[in-house]
Amino acid sequence: MRTFNYTITDEVGIHARPAGMLVKEVKKFASNITIVKDGKRADAKKLMLLMSLGVKCGEKITVEIEGTDEEEASVALEAFFNANL
Amino acid sequence: METYTGKSIFKGIAIGKVLFYQKGEQVVKRVKVQDTAAEISRYEAAREEALRQLNVLYEKALKEVGETNAAVFEVHAMMIEDDDYVDSIRNIIETQQVNAEFAVATTGDNFSRMFTEMDDEYFKARAADVKDISERLVNILSGRTDGQGDLEEPVIIVADDLAPSETVQMDKDKLLAFVTRYGSANSHTAILARTMNIPALIGTDISESWNGKLAVVDGYTGLIYVEPDEETLKELKRRQEEDLHARELLEQLKGKEDITPGGRSIRLYANIGGVKDVANVLANDAAGIGLFRSEFLYLEAEDYPDEESQFQAYKTVAENMAGKKVIVRTLDIGADKQAEYFGLDHEENPAMGYRAIRICLDRKEIFRTQLRALLRASAFGNIGIMYPMIISVDEVRKIKEIVEEIKKDLNEKGIPYGNVEQGIMIETPAAVMISDMLAEEVDFFSIGTNDLTQYTLAIDRQNMKLDNIYDAHHPAVLRMIRMTIENGHKHGCWVGICGELGADMTLTKTFLEMGIDELSVSPSFVLPIRKLIREMEL
Repeated sequence: MRTFNYTITDEVGIHARPAGMLVKEVKKFASNITIVKDGKRADAKKLMLLMSLGVKCGEKITVEIEGTDEEEASVALEAFFNANL
Repeated sequence: METYTGKSIFKGIAIGKVLFYQKGEQVVKRVKVQDTAAEISRYEAAREEALRQLNVLYEKALKEVGETNAAVFEVHAMMIEDDDYVDSIRNIIETQQVNAEFAVATTGDNFSRMFTEMDDEYFKARAADVKDISERLVNILSGRTDGQGDLEEPVIIVADDLAPSETVQMDKDKLLAFVTRYGSANSHTAILARTMNIPALIGTDISESWNGKLAVVDGYTGLIYVEPDEETLKELKRRQEEDLHARELLEQLKGKEDITPGGRSIRLYANIGGVKDVANVLANDAAGIGLFRSEFLYLEAEDYPDEESQFQAYKTVAENMAGKKVIVRTLDIGADKQAEYFGLDHEENPAMGYRAIRICLDRKEIFRTQLRALLRASAFGNIGIMYPMIISVDEVRKIKEIVEEIKKDLNEKGIPYGNVEQGIMIETPAAVMISDMLAEEVDFFSIGTNDLTQYTLAIDRQNMKLDNIYDAHHPAVLRMIRMTIENGHKHGCWVGICGELGADMTLTKTFLEMGIDELSVSPSFVLPIRKLIREMEL
């Protein structure tokens, strides 16, 4: 499993649109990808669940990636977060 | 007339008929089905149709209201395909053997509750999105089309809540305002209202009985008047015109210089009566504040306002004006402006009585408090101080002595203050006649035409019987203004007008020809006068 931490800089947080983009991105990979915030976990392939984490600006999340393409996914997702959230 | 209050999302005024927007919401019946596979394919087909509709809406919104507002439909499309949402619907159909409509409605309720229960306002508002997609699916399943999209005449839309898909389908030319019971400042409707520049109120106690009635929405005060009386209607129509006019002018003139085609430039400032007026000054793009009446600090208080509260008020205004000139007129109380705690005696002739600078130079402790607050605030912006009701050089010298004493004290204590311009109001005939002498003492003059006219013509402006002989353009007054400007310039003072005559557009050209340096007017006059100046043959 690979993990990385990220602090959200987008001013509204993981709101509807970026969440949608994230889901799209995550679905490109076979790995199971989970977003963890304060112990609450959400499957990153599920838009509503992801939004229900209510991740706001300045909050820290952990991204967990587990599966056959975890290495590749990890690199791509870190880049995605830096660019969009 | 009935009046209701809401929270205003966009400032503006709308007048028109109310359309009470009925939700396409229908009661979804729970029906047992045998063939769950068929029910699931009905649902799948409905989902495809919903995606198609959302795509159409996205394209329409993109063209009409821009990408930011259109993005919501992209998100809706994703939500409708969300794994959990889809699974939940399928699961309900299969396990409970029920119709697709019921499965969608139940799932929609569950998911929207999940958002409603969140702390954050933004995420809370997403519940409306879930409801919206669920209603779309139910409508498709039950063969209903989206109604009410076509508006016959311009209307004020009143509704419990509005889904983005509902607002986008409405004909934009016919939307005057939104008034809703629910919704938040982050809702799509609110964002849409801001994009479209139409007034919107949320959190309003709406009623279906308003349907078809005339109403006025005032986005400045957050009020809606249903069946307004004639007076209210007239007043709001006037304000609406003013508002529209100001907006048009602003579009054309914001950021433009106050200069005639011939190159004669002037400073166009605004008059204010309190801290809250600064927003209006900025909205009307005035180059500064030429008259900040400090009386409000005294009139709104129960006792003499202390240095700190005054300092905060002046500092706030100076900071908000960000380096633009802020000229504060020191206490001008007495005559028609009274505060109980001053304990002023009743006077037979208050206009000529114990008032303004006369009080300040008599009860110096009040004056010192204000001057100290002003000097301290001057470290935070470009403050000028102006003294009212001056009639002699001696008064000015006394004032300057007090200012010097305070500066010395501030220096000793290491408290910073800025480079403050000091000027006087020219509002007595005496000040006009000795304006050459006064000009040697100060940095600027500001002509207070209201009092100057009253004293020059010996006409009490409150006395309606004298209206027929009251001539605001009396040559005596105009000559006084000319004399003040000439004497001021000869002795190194700049000269402005801050009385009502300054906003008299029939005189603007005359004043410019006389050599006036500054006009300070009500914020709403700034742009009309700018327009006039920029088109003037001068």
